[in-house]
Amino acid sequence: MSDPSGAPAPAALAPVPPASVPPVHSSQAPGAVIATDVPSAASPPTDVPGAASLPTDVPSAASLPTDGPSTAARPDVPTDDPLLVVEGLSVTFDARSARPVQAVRDVSFTLRRGECLAIVGESGSGKSVTARTLVGLTGARATVSARRLGFAGRDLIRLREASWRRVRGRHIGLVLQDALVSLDPLRTAGAEIAEALRTHRVVDRAGVHSRVLSLLTDVGVPEPAQRAAQYPHQLSGGLRQRALIASALAAGPELLVADEPTTALDVTVQAQVLDLLRGLTAAGRSVLLISHDLAVVAGLADQVAVMYGGLVVEQGPTAAVLADPRHPYTQALLAAVPAMHAKGTRLSITPVDRPPATAGCPYAARCPRSDERCRAELPPAAGDEPAHRTLCWHPGPPAAVTAPVTAPVAAAVVPVAGTGRPGRGADAGPLVEVTAINQRFRSPDGSWRHAVRDVSFELFAGETLGVVGESGSGKTTVARIVLGMQAPDSGTVRFAGAPWSGLRERERRALRPRIQAVYQDPLGSFDPRFTTEKIIGEALGAAGVRRGQQRRDRVVDLLERVGLAPGLRRRRPPELSGGQRQRVAIARALATEPELLVCDEPVSALDVSVQAQILDLLAGLQHDLGVAMLFISHDLGVIHHISDRLVVMKDGLVVETGPVGQVFAQPAQEYTRTLLAAVPRPDLT
Amino acid sequence: MTAIDVAAGLGRRGLTRGRRPPRVGLVLAAGILLLIILIAVAPGLFTDRSPTDTASVDALHGPSGAHWFGTDQLGRDVFTRVVDGAGRSLRLGVGATLLGVLAGAVLGLAAALGGRAADTVLMRLADVLLALPPLLLALLAMTVLGSGAWNLTLAVAISTVPGYARMVRAEALVVRRSGYVEAAVGLGLRRWLLVARHILPNTLGPLLVLATVGFGTTLIAASSLSFLGFGVGPPTPEWGLMLSEGRNYLSTAWWIGVFPGAAIAVTVIAVNVVGRHAQARYTRRTSR
Repeated sequence: MSDPSGAPAPAALAPVPPASVPPVHSSQAPGAVIATDVPSAASPPTDVPGAASLPTDVPSAASLPTDGPSTAARPDVPTDDPLLVVEGLSVTFDARSARPVQAVRDVSFTLRRGECLAIVGESGSGKSVTARTLVGLTGARATVSARRLGFAGRDLIRLREASWRRVRGRHIGLVLQDALVSLDPLRTAGAEIAEALRTHRVVDRAGVHSRVLSLLTDVGVPEPAQRAAQYPHQLSGGLRQRALIASALAAGPELLVADEPTTALDVTVQAQVLDLLRGLTAAGRSVLLISHDLAVVAGLADQVAVMYGGLVVEQGPTAAVLADPRHPYTQALLAAVPAMHAKGTRLSITPVDRPPATAGCPYAARCPRSDERCRAELPPAAGDEPAHRTLCWHPGPPAAVTAPVTAPVAAAVVPVAGTGRPGRGADAGPLVEVTAINQRFRSPDGSWRHAVRDVSFELFAGETLGVVGESGSGKTTVARIVLGMQAPDSGTVRFAGAPWSGLRERERRALRPRIQAVYQDPLGSFDPRFTTEKIIGEALGAAGVRRGQQRRDRVVDLLERVGLAPGLRRRRPPELSGGQRQRVAIARALATEPELLVCDEPVSALDVSVQAQILDLLAGLQHDLGVAMLFISHDLGVIHHISDRLVVMKDGLVVETGPVGQVFAQPAQEYTRTLLAAVPRPDLT
Repeated sequence: MTAIDVAAGLGRRGLTRGRRPPRVGLVLAAGILLLIILIAVAPGLFTDRSPTDTASVDALHGPSGAHWFGTDQLGRDVFTRVVDGAGRSLRLGVGATLLGVLAGAVLGLAAALGGRAADTVLMRLADVLLALPPLLLALLAMTVLGSGAWNLTLAVAISTVPGYARMVRAEALVVRRSGYVEAAVGLGLRRWLLVARHILPNTLGPLLVLATVGFGTTLIAASSLSFLGFGVGPPTPEWGLMLSEGRNYLSTAWWIGVFPGAAIAVTVIAVNVVGRHAQARYTRRTSR
C-alpha cells in the first residue's frame, strides 16, 4: 500500500485563490436576519469533467420532495437566490424532559452557490448539530424549529424521514471527520461510491463503474481503478477522506456539508483535502465547513460564523472577521492558533474552562470583558457593516492579545516563560542521549518494517525538544524507547549520564519516576475504576509519599498546580472534559517530580482553545519547575510554539534538526519546507 | 415577511437511540430470584411438611388446595419436595460456577502473564477440552470421580473451566496492553502491584458478570447429571433427580416432572435476565 500524498489535484479542480473580494454592502430584503452578500469567487460551473451531468440549476419540483403544505407565504425564488437560507434555527434535545438542552439557538445564515461558509467553534458549541439539521440527522431526541430552512427554494423543515432520504446524498452531501469510521470496513471504496450512485439512480447500471472512476479522479485519487478495489484500511488517511468525499459527491449534491473533514489528518494531507474542497466551490458547489480551527477555514471559506454555546456570536466575510474580530471569543480563537505566536507568549485568554452560561451571554463566564449586563441579558446582533455582525455588548478590538502575560490571570495559572530558564545541573552533559537507535516491527504479511532508523539526538535539562513528523514517521516509537517501554533493536539511550535502554526492568524501576509521560488519550491511560484522587495518589505513592493526609494534601496541591478545582478529585475521568482529563494526566506526571516529561501528541485530540490552555500550562510548568520535555506532535504550529529545538522525522529517519527559529526561518530540507507550507494559518494580508 | 414558526421532530429514526422500554421484566426477574434464594435458604418458611414422608393413600393426586403441586407415586407432596430441593440444586449450580470461575481465572491469568510456554501449554489444553461438548466432559469427569453431590459439583465445574480460562486470558491480555497499565509501569510499580491493583480487578470485573450468565448453563448441566443418576441418591429431593423420577409418569401424572422442571427453567431465566442486565450496565460504565 503506497501513499501517493503529494499528488496534485487534477487540473479541473485546481485550487483557486480564496475569495478575498471585499464585502459589498447588502441590498437584500430587510427580512433576512444576516444579509451576507458577497460575490462568489467563481461563477456557476460551466464544464467540469466528470461533473458535466450534475445539476447546476434548481432541480425541478418533482426531484426535491416536499412534505406538508407548501408554504404559500414564500414566493418562488429565482435561480440566483441563495442556495441555503437558514433563519432562526433552534435545536433542543430532550425538550419535554426535566432538563432540556438547547444546543442551537436562533442561528441564521445564507449560503450562495459556489460559496463556502465555515461554522467555527469548540466542542459543544452546536456547530455539528447545526450541520446535522441540514441533513435531517439530529436524532429522535431533538426538536428542531426554524422560521425558515430553505434549500434551493424548498422547505426542509417539514420533511419526513422518507423524504430526507431522497435529499440526503442527492441534494445535500455529508462528509464526516474520520473516514476510517465513516466508511464500511467490509466494502471497497468503489462499492461505497457505487452505492450512492445506485441509491439515487444517477446513472444506469452499466455506467456505474466508469462514473465511480471518474469521481475518484475528480477528487484527486491517483490510479482510481486500483483504489476503487481497495478496502478502507488499505488506503492512507488522505485517500480515505478523498474516497469519502467522492461518495458524498456521487449523486451530484448542490451542497456539501463537511463536519471537521481534516481534523484527523496530517498537515500535508489536510492541505490537499482543503485544496480539494476549494476546487469544489470553484466548480460551483456550495460547501458548509464545520471546524474548531479558524486557521483551517481561513483560506477556504468566504463566510465565517463563529458559534459559542449554541449561538452565532460573530458572523461575516472571512477576511473581515479575521482582520477585525470584534467578539472576544473570536479573538480568543485567533489567539489560540499556536503557529502565529512565538514561544513564551500566552495562547489562552481565559485560564479555566467553564461551561457556557445559561442566562445572558453564554460567553460571559469566560469573557474578560463581561459585566453585570452580559450575565443578565443576551446582546443583540449588531455591527457597523450589515455583513459583519457580532453578538456582544462590548465588541471591539482585542486588548493586546498576543502580548506575553506576566501577571497571573488566576491564582492557579502561572506566568509563561520568557527566554531565560533555570538549567538543572549546568554543563552536566545532556539529560538524554539517544545514539543511533533502530527499531523494526514485523508487518502482518511477515516482512520487516523499519519504524526507526539510526535516530540520534540529545536533550538537555530544562529544554523542550520537539519531534515533528506525520503519522508513520516513527516519532511515537522514539517516545516509547525513551520512556523505556520498548528496547531498541540496536543503539542506546542514556539518561542523566547513565545507561537507560540496556537496563533490566528490575534496575530501571527505581529510575522510572524520573521520566514521566503524557499521552494523547488521557482517558485510556487512567484505570477506569479510579477516581482522579486515586490516579494522582498512585503516582504519589510511587514517589514515596505516604498514604493519608499528606498524600491527600499533595493531590490538592497538584490539582491546583494544573489549574483544576480540588473538588474534581472525587470524579472519575469519564466525567471530566477532554481538557480536564489532560490536566489530570499532567498532574499525575508531575507527582513524581520528574526531570523529563515525554509528551506524545498531548494536544492533538483537543479543540484549539483547549489546546491553547494546555500548551500554556505546559510552558508555565516548565518555566517554574525546570522540567525538560520531549514533545511529540504532528502539528508544526504546536511544535513551533513550545519547543526550543526540533527534530523533523520522516519514514523513521531524522530529516532535519536544529533550533526552532532557525529551522522555521531557513528550512534546509525539502520535506521540512513542504511541512511548513502546509500549516494553515489565518493570513491577514 | 411573516415568520412561520414550525416545530418538527426531524429524523425520527436518527442516530441516537430511542427511549428504553420500562424494565418490567428486570424487576420481575429480580423479584423471582430473591424469592428463590429465600426458598433455598429457609424452606421452612414455605412448607411444614416433610419432603420424604410417604402416604400411599394420597399417591398420584393432581394439584389441589391441599397439595399445590400434587403428590407423587409414593404420596409425597411435590411442592414440599421442590421447595426442599431448591437449596440443594442451587448449591450445585452456585458451587460449580464458583469453582469453574475460580479455576478458570487462575489458569487464564497464568496463561496471560506467565510467559509464552505457560500460555502455549494451557491454551492448547483448553483447545482440546473445548473440542468436547461440556456435558460430555462433565460425564467423563463423573465416571472417573464416581457419583455424589460433591463430585457432581466438581465435574460440572471442570467442564466450564476451559471456557472461563480462555475468556480471562483474552481479557487479561487486553488489560495488560492498556494505556493505564503502561502508565503504571512508567511510575515504576512493582510487578505484583501491577497485577493486584490494575490487571486483576479490571480482568475479573467483566468475568463475574459473565459468570452470572453462565450460572444458568451450569445449573442445567448439574440437573442433567442428576437426571442421569450421577448426583444425590433418592429419596433426597433435588430438581434434576425429581425430573428424572417423574418422567415415567409424564403421561399419567404430569405434575411430578413438570414442577421441578419449571423450577429449573424459572431459575435459569431469572438469573439470565438479571445477569444480562448487569453485563450491559458494566459495559456501559466502563466504555466511554
